[in-house]
Amino acid sequence: MGLVMGTFSMQTKQVSYHKDKADDDLEMTMVCHRPEGLDQLEAQTNFSKRELQVLYRGFKNECPSGVVNEDTFKQIYSQFFPHGDASTYAHFLFNAFDSAHTGSIKFEDFVTALSILLRGTITEKLQWTFNLYDINRDGYINKEEMTDIVRAIYDMMGKYTYPVLKNDAPKQHVDAFFQKMDKNRDGVVTLDEFILSCQEDENIMRSLQLFENVI
Amino acid sequence: MAAGVATWLPFARAAAVGWLPLAKKTMPKPPVDNTSRSDEILYVNVSGVRFQTWKNTLDRYPDTLLGSSEKEFFYNEDTQEYFFDRDPEMFRHILNFYRTGKLHYPRHECIQAFDEELAFYGIVPEIIGDCCMEEYRDKKKENQERLAEDTEANEAMDAPLPPHSTSRERLWRAFENPHTSTMALVFYYVTGFFIAVSVIANVVETVPCRPPKGSVKDLPCGEKYQLAFFCMDTACVLIFTFEYLMRLFAAPSRCKFMRSVMSVIDVVAIMPYYIGLVMPENEDVSGAFVTLRVFRVFRIFKFSRHSQGLRILGYTLKSCASELGFLLFSLTMAIIIFATVMFYAEKGTKGSTFTSIPASFWYTIVTMTTLGYGDMVPNTIAGKIFGSICSLSGVLVIALPVPVIVSNFSRIYHQNQRADKMRAQQKVRLARIRMAKKGTANAFLQYKEDRSVGDRQSNSTALCVKNRSAFEHQHHHLLHCLEKTTNHEFTNEVNYSELCMTESVGFRTSRSTSLSSQQGAQNNSTGCCPRRARRRAAMRLANSTVSVSRGSVQELDTLHVKTTCIPPQTRSSLNAQAGDLKLNCGEQDFTAAIISIPTPPANTPDESLPPSPAPIPGILRNTRATAYTSDTVKISSL
Repeated sequence: MGLVMGTFSMQTKQVSYHKDKADDDLEMTMVCHRPEGLDQLEAQTNFSKRELQVLYRGFKNECPSGVVNEDTFKQIYSQFFPHGDASTYAHFLFNAFDSAHTGSIKFEDFVTALSILLRGTITEKLQWTFNLYDINRDGYINKEEMTDIVRAIYDMMGKYTYPVLKNDAPKQHVDAFFQKMDKNRDGVVTLDEFILSCQEDENIMRSLQLFENVI
Repeated sequence: MAAGVATWLPFARAAAVGWLPLAKKTMPKPPVDNTSRSDEILYVNVSGVRFQTWKNTLDRYPDTLLGSSEKEFFYNEDTQEYFFDRDPEMFRHILNFYRTGKLHYPRHECIQAFDEELAFYGIVPEIIGDCCMEEYRDKKKENQERLAEDTEANEAMDAPLPPHSTSRERLWRAFENPHTSTMALVFYYVTGFFIAVSVIANVVETVPCRPPKGSVKDLPCGEKYQLAFFCMDTACVLIFTFEYLMRLFAAPSRCKFMRSVMSVIDVVAIMPYYIGLVMPENEDVSGAFVTLRVFRVFRIFKFSRHSQGLRILGYTLKSCASELGFLLFSLTMAIIIFATVMFYAEKGTKGSTFTSIPASFWYTIVTMTTLGYGDMVPNTIAGKIFGSICSLSGVLVIALPVPVIVSNFSRIYHQNQRADKMRAQQKVRLARIRMAKKGTANAFLQYKEDRSVGDRQSNSTALCVKNRSAFEHQHHHLLHCLEKTTNHEFTNEVNYSELCMTESVGFRTSRSTSLSSQQGAQNNSTGCCPRRARRRAAMRLANSTVSVSRGSVQELDTLHVKTTCIPPQTRSSLNAQAGDLKLNCGEQDFTAAIISIPTPPANTPDESLPPSPAPIPGILRNTRATAYTSDTVKISSL
């Protein structure tokens, strides 16, 4: 009886041997990225050396490997919006930051985007926003893309809002947006239409100045 | 909120530029940040060992001592450094927590010293990383148990009775701890003696004594000295019955006592005697009566009250009962297999003792346990072969259990403890994460409330609002921007449910509504919150003040939870001086509380909604008033 059980147990041991080797290989190839030199970054962005130092120290501390992948990014962003679900919007943001579409954000991407958003000209900021909205990067924002973005933003609000969130609120919002932005009523918004309409709107112009001294 | 994320806040705020073209309303102004932004190196001197770190590193966790303004109390102007008169070895770990975001527990340190350091620096132990958490918890539990044992032992030994205990309580105490009084000790020894006497009598009465004159057959002593044994038995049973009834009388919870193991043993020990008394001298029933006498041997288990060792053994067996059960099961399997094989092997032989498979069970058991009585022996060659296999495997099967049970017992016992611990820890962690999330959500709602009250009393809220850190200011501004973008505001669950109610009947002014109108209201707004329909009807039937009070009680609960059970990462809960934090704004808001208390009926949800934000702060203001009154009561009791 014991012999039978013994022979059975011996067989199962042999199978797992091969799995261990694959795990070892994975461990060796840990990603570690170093950014370009401080001088180069200072030249490319609108930040001073000190500011870059502070930014990099924070970045490196949170991501010792030097890159942020999408899951980590979503997690970080969700922590600022505990009421609702920020993962969809974080996905769009990630694509906007990751301009080279490598699947991970390096420090250069991070700092470049921040430089535009905080220290860039009005046109640069609007261009960045247009890129954020244009999900498939075809140069046009159509209603579906805009609806996705707006729905993602409303998801961040969560369930408990005042007034109560109706199901067609995103759609209404998108319609109002297109009403304002789509000048030639062709159903899509191009970059020029977008910039022009935003420049006409006092509120948007004023609020673009708001985020200058975030750092 | 995990404060390591504070470094990402600027990026999250910058990303808010993406909302700007969509915003329906204008964005609020960002908070003005007058503090200098440049980073500097701080010097921290802990009992002579100098540590240096960036100011930003310490600012990562603003609700700890080093991250908040509390460290200014320790600032030494002459030497331009922060001086702490504490253990520098421990401080290394604390500082590493700021640097890496993970708190590790040094295994060689005393758990209590570590806890004290954490409490001093305002760090909640739950943040300890997964790598060290189990060790920390184990040691802490061990320590607590040890302390509890010590105090219990001390208590049990010489704790004086509470002054006004009833005789019943004293009696129970005497039964449970015989060392407390002389009478109890005497009773304890007397019962012990009588248990021994009873057991010995039961044993001796079956020994054959010399037969009385005129008879050849040996008689058991029980029948020869029947009267003597009967008297002894009666005396013992009387004592046991008396003891059982006294225990039953003194027990604090009689049902629980009657269900306990010892009480069952007591009953089983004395029952046979009474049944024997009651039963008539009938031939048929006397056979059953004899069987009952067997239960008298259970009196020996009464000794477990007198012996700690027996109790521990019983507990051990109980705790590894599943192991024993499995062992029994596998043994049974083996017995059945071998018995079947032996039966069929010996089937043909003439005069074989293996008459059936159950008859072969006896052979298998005797062979496997290496007893080998020899009353059943195989004759065929096949039978002998299988018989030898049976005895060999029996050796293995019998040699295995003892160490396996011992090691299994300790392994499975600890494993179960660990699994339960991990499950409980996981639950606690999820609950903590949920509460932290709720905490940040509630913090923003509180901020909005403060602001709306501040609009009415401009001068008094300045102090309140300043109590939040720069990080919180900026985070709240970010959430505010999101609200303005979507033109919706954040609320919490209770308000949301009340809103669903009010939206359905928002345009009615009369308080008395009939059921039919409620049905209509329900049909109108099923899209809003269909689940709340039932609750809505129930709440509507009560009168308005009751619904407000219930709503406010609910609010009170949630707000009270917020004010008293502040999420574990804030220091104020540790220092248990939440009252101090509120003290600054307690005065000003107290006046607000006094003013708004007499007006609860005016803010019922039945009335038609005035323009947008008023009802919410109205409802909130009431409840906050009550919350604050309860808080101020708390302050005065300090």
